[in-house]
Amino acid sequence: MKPGTRLKSAACDTEVMVIRCADGQIECGGAPMGEAKPAEAAPLSADFSAGTLMGKRYVDADGKYELLCVKPGKGSLSVDGVALVVKDAKPLPASD
Amino acid sequence: MNIALLLEMAAEAAPDRVGLVCDGKRWTYGDLLDAARGAFELIQESEAEYVALLDESSEAAVIAVFGAALAGVPYCPLNYRLPDADLAALLDRVSPALVVGDEERIMRVAGEQGHTIFSREEFTLKAQETVPEPESREYDPGEGIAIQLFTSGTTAAPKAAILRHSNLLGYILGTVEFASADEADAALVVVPPYHIAGISALLSSIYSLRKIVMLPNFTPEGWLGLVETETVTNAFVVPTMLARIVDAMEKGVSANVDSLRAIAYGGGKMPLEVIHKALERFPSAGFTNAYGLTETSSTVALLGPDDHREALASDDPKVRARLTSLGQPIPTVEMQIRGENGEVLGPNEPGEIYVRGEQVSGEYKEKSALDAEGWFPTRDAGYMDEHGYLFLSGRADDVIVRGGENMSPGEIEDVLLTHPAIADACACAVPSVEWGEAVGVAIVTREGHETPSEDEIKAMIRSRLRSSRVPEKIAFVEELPYNEMGKLLRRKVKEVLAD
Repeated sequence: MKPGTRLKSAACDTEVMVIRCADGQIECGGAPMGEAKPAEAAPLSADFSAGTLMGKRYVDADGKYELLCVKPGKGSLSVDGVALVVKDAKPLPASD
Repeated sequence: MNIALLLEMAAEAAPDRVGLVCDGKRWTYGDLLDAARGAFELIQESEAEYVALLDESSEAAVIAVFGAALAGVPYCPLNYRLPDADLAALLDRVSPALVVGDEERIMRVAGEQGHTIFSREEFTLKAQETVPEPESREYDPGEGIAIQLFTSGTTAAPKAAILRHSNLLGYILGTVEFASADEADAALVVVPPYHIAGISALLSSIYSLRKIVMLPNFTPEGWLGLVETETVTNAFVVPTMLARIVDAMEKGVSANVDSLRAIAYGGGKMPLEVIHKALERFPSAGFTNAYGLTETSSTVALLGPDDHREALASDDPKVRARLTSLGQPIPTVEMQIRGENGEVLGPNEPGEIYVRGEQVSGEYKEKSALDAEGWFPTRDAGYMDEHGYLFLSGRADDVIVRGGENMSPGEIEDVLLTHPAIADACACAVPSVEWGEAVGVAIVTREGHETPSEDEIKAMIRSRLRSSRVPEKIAFVEELPYNEMGKLLRRKVKEVLAD
């Protein structure tokens, strides 16, 4: 796994671009994400079903992981079972 | 990650939404992505190592920047205003390239350099006609260089500044919220394609899904006309453009500008008089002064609309003075002012501006200018006040060193410009037998005023600043030399003063 890798959810339509990562397991909807979609969809875990939003960046508390959602879905993101949270951009007052 | 992702996401989220209007033609995000993918094919086929653009702003600039990104080849927009010989030298530095633009001129100045040449129309058409299956294509992962820009070379020969995909994405992802623009929003882009502000305007507008309205050839009438017909909400201008727009409005050119919510300016020093007039002429707009460099992927500090309003309404001279500042560093970059020996200086101490952050490349083709800790010396001189507002005094290379004493041209110019008969002024170093360097000034007399005497000018500087700042040489000139972006060409003034 390295920055720039595109990961797909096994449980929903979510796709993310890896901006930053470490060795942990990146999951969506409670199931591990992979570069290819599995033939059979994984069940969506009720604990990880808040959904992802297009264009949002998701991070862990330690700043080791950062994922950019490039396709939204019903699952929500986690690493080794710990939910990721949205990191907001710091919008400028339209400087360009 | 590849900057093409920005357009891919826009096309994924809103394929049929209009993303670009140029010369009356409208392009959806889907159209633009298809054409960029077509351009990828053309670039691969040509085996070019660069994609160069020698043209004004048009859809071709958007197609070329993303096509080059997909192909993993640096995009290098060139300044079409350069003389033939300079242009030939730059084209030679990017050979073999796929060059889009003025075919006849490219053939004439660089026909022997092995380039693949397309006119704008031919490139755009062929890119649209080539419809590849994206699944069957291996696009570049974006680990390398996205853009190479030759610096304007106001002090020396042009340097090839490089911006990596990671620098540009760091800037956009850190400062722009995806799809945050309203469908009615429109950004008027008049900055030429070879300027970093022209590129960052494209990237940030596309990622926010804000429609781009291009005006390839700036005229105040054309600008005001487009604001009205395209109900433009956001615009970026360089100071000379804003001065000309305000001037045209004063002379009776009228347009409905109520849709304008945000006007950003940068790229040179904005005269206070112009900003005061502009604030009156565009009552609905918030003003932002943006400070950035090519090497920093655009904006690193800004003075926002609230700062402008607060400064105008304040009785405190320190708060009012913020109108002449560049505002505060943006949250995603770090900034320091350093002294001659690299020591970090405190508030109000003048030195050189250093920046650090993901968007800061600080890299040239030849070598990186970053220090071991990743800080980029901007070569801009300035200071930060106790509230973190940044004041620019000029290029570090423009500092006048008189007998070991450093003087910034800005402080001398600021005093000169308070004289009612002085419309414009430039201070720079002149050779001095006694001091090594001394102060020389070039002055433009304001229309309808009598030219002030040399003694009067010297007395004014002596009374307001130290006697070492008193000019040894004074020249009265018709006008000062500016480049098309409104940058004062100090080396030309130096030549005049040295005569």
